[in-house]
Amino acid sequence: MSTSPTSGPLVAVDGLRKSFGSNEVLQGIDFTVDPGSVTVLIGASGSGKTTMLRSLNVLDRPDAGLVRIGDVSVDFAGTVPKKDVVRLRAQSGMVFQAHNLFPHRTVLQNVTEGPLLVQGRPRDEVEDEALRLLVQVGLGEKAQQHPYQLSGGQQQRVGIARALALKPQLMLFDEPTSALDPELVGEVLEVMKDLASQGWTMVVVTHEIRFAQQVADQVLFLDGGVVGERGAPGEVLVDPQSPRLQQFLRRILDPL
Amino acid sequence: MNWDTAWPLVQSSIGPMLEGLVKGTIPLTLIAFPVGLAIALAVALMRLSSIPGLATIGRFYVSIIRGTPLLLQLFIIFYGLPEFGVRFEPFPAAAVALSLNVGGYAAEIIRSAIMSIPKGQVEAAQTIGMGYGLTLRRVVLPQAARVAVPPLSNTLISLVKDTALASTIIVTEMLRVAQELAAPTGQYFTLYGVAAVIYWVICLALSFVQTRLETRLDRYVAR
Repeated sequence: MSTSPTSGPLVAVDGLRKSFGSNEVLQGIDFTVDPGSVTVLIGASGSGKTTMLRSLNVLDRPDAGLVRIGDVSVDFAGTVPKKDVVRLRAQSGMVFQAHNLFPHRTVLQNVTEGPLLVQGRPRDEVEDEALRLLVQVGLGEKAQQHPYQLSGGQQQRVGIARALALKPQLMLFDEPTSALDPELVGEVLEVMKDLASQGWTMVVVTHEIRFAQQVADQVLFLDGGVVGERGAPGEVLVDPQSPRLQQFLRRILDPL
Repeated sequence: MNWDTAWPLVQSSIGPMLEGLVKGTIPLTLIAFPVGLAIALAVALMRLSSIPGLATIGRFYVSIIRGTPLLLQLFIIFYGLPEFGVRFEPFPAAAVALSLNVGGYAAEIIRSAIMSIPKGQVEAAQTIGMGYGLTLRRVVLPQAARVAVPPLSNTLISLVKDTALASTIIVTEMLRVAQELAAPTGQYFTLYGVAAVIYWVICLALSFVQTRLETRLDRYVAR
């Protein structure tokens, strides 16, 4: 599974910076993630939380700073060799807000695509394992269907199975329930809770404060490109220190 | 127009005209379309490349092909290139000119089809470790094909008719046969009419295939 036998954090982020044009979205972010723990990133829109998450697998390439996941470490100051990007990326699996399943492939093929073509593992083994993963996310019977035949929540769970199939060290979730109808949110969060209890290391960008309270080991509040506040959910979410976080939580918990 | 002689003439000319179809029109199409598509894919990828030189070369190619008449392209290859020691027989000259021409037009179709695929698809492919080639082959092109089929069908149908231009460099395709039969008899309307009907029937058949293909490629997309 995802737990690393070595002691110390599984993920270390140090001085991460990223600009889009003149807009400096990340202004020096530091944090660590312990193996088997769940980190939740919260923050207002534009605070840099999604960019932070996407930097961990280099979908957005940081301008400076250090990212280490497991035994792969990349310093983004200067040019980064492509093979380092590939190695760092292979350490994590990603679940997108808009699921981004491959519409022309079956549910099963969506899950087997990576292990078969990228990792080059044998088909029998890969398909058995993919079916097990689909059962795990409650979609064993949908293996031969196509994504358009599924509900939003089911699509998102396939997305989770697809990411798990590559056996990454770390699972990244980018607002996995934000695009879902409210009644479908629970089934996705349920699967994520399961993963957390199985010991997967997870970094989650979400607005689901209740999920953070129940599942997170640490919560990072991103504000203006820096970590504004951090700590256990019992501290950060229950007793926020800064006016910014107090205001943010009020808006999320009581939008009216 | 002489009605008494028209029907026998149709009967006697249909054989040679179909021979022109099978020996000229169809092989030219069957060569120029796939070769043109291969050129088009390469040019489209060049234009989408982040390497600036490549994009410029691709843009220049498309500009030349679209900015000059096909007939002129044919003449340059058949009559012009021999001055530089590059000599083609009529049929290969026509095949080269038509392939290059299809390449220029289809490049823009393929480029726009690729650009229509949501960025999230490429990102998803990257996160499961796919590189450029795999992403293109397994994720982008299969989905782009669906978008590209209607406009590429247009290109194919135009190509079938553009092969008639090869008659100007004495390739024996269908229109050339019709011309040769019409000249001594003076029955232009009848013979060109027969040729027109044959072109039209082929293009009808291709439109039918296009519809089938579109239905097939649309089957995994929610409407």
